[in-house]
Amino acid sequence: MTKNSAALLCGTLFGLGLSISQMSNPDKVLAFLNVTGNWDASLVLVMVGALVTLTIAQHFILKRPQPVCDTEFHLPKTDNSIDSRLILGAAIFGIGWGLVGFCPGAVLAALGDGKLEPFLFTLALGAGMMLFSWFHSKK
Amino acid sequence: MENFTPYSAFFGGCLIGLSAALLLYFNGRIAGISGMIAGAFDVKNNENHWRLFFLGGLIISAAVFSHFFQSSPATYSRSTLLLIVSGILVGYGTRLGNGCTSGHAVCGLARFSKRSAAATVTFMAIAMLTVYITRHLLGVSI
Repeated sequence: MTKNSAALLCGTLFGLGLSISQMSNPDKVLAFLNVTGNWDASLVLVMVGALVTLTIAQHFILKRPQPVCDTEFHLPKTDNSIDSRLILGAAIFGIGWGLVGFCPGAVLAALGDGKLEPFLFTLALGAGMMLFSWFHSKK
Repeated sequence: MENFTPYSAFFGGCLIGLSAALLLYFNGRIAGISGMIAGAFDVKNNENHWRLFFLGGLIISAAVFSHFFQSSPATYSRSTLLLIVSGILVGYGTRLGNGCTSGHAVCGLARFSKRSAAATVTFMAIAMLTVYITRHLLGVSI
């Protein structure tokens, strides 16, 4: 297994997971966010399934000295630092997510619907990221 | 809650968790989609090619699935302006906050990261508030 073939396998599983759980459907996500309306708790079950699987598997994986295809685990070292930049970024993301129901993974999984909406959103998402790099490289 | 689909949601969630676990096992990497999208365009760096393979696998498998079993297609009636504005907000916000639903709400919470917990609570609360304001106060169904 090489890094690229492992990533291809993992991406395939991730895409199937998003499709089977219907998280690629923005209406389904908005129905979860609509807590005072006809609430759909499905997203909670998606998170429970993902968290239970990953937390248990990770417990064993991180006992290894290194991953199979790399020399070290690339984990964030800032897990305990909460700053205003994090909260502001999460809030801006929350507004965009609440407006249409697409997050970055879901919109990529929705591209295959062959409709214009996910495609436009993906382009705008890329533009937002470029805007960020542009602002932050000037400082 | 007649639209609640607990079994497919739980099973799909397990696949997402398995994907993140295998990516950590093989490549030692976090399955954060927004970070992968941002890193994937830096193609001159060979270290980044795995990101394109992951994203390619995600897009293709979801497309094949929806081609064969499109159980509940989305309505897709959002305006172009709304899609562009919200796409820019999601792209900018996930870079500023170093992650999205996958990186913070799945991978971060699985590591019991306080930082990811704070981000997850923030974006969920703000997204719920956004839906409340647009649907219930402004009365627009978007």
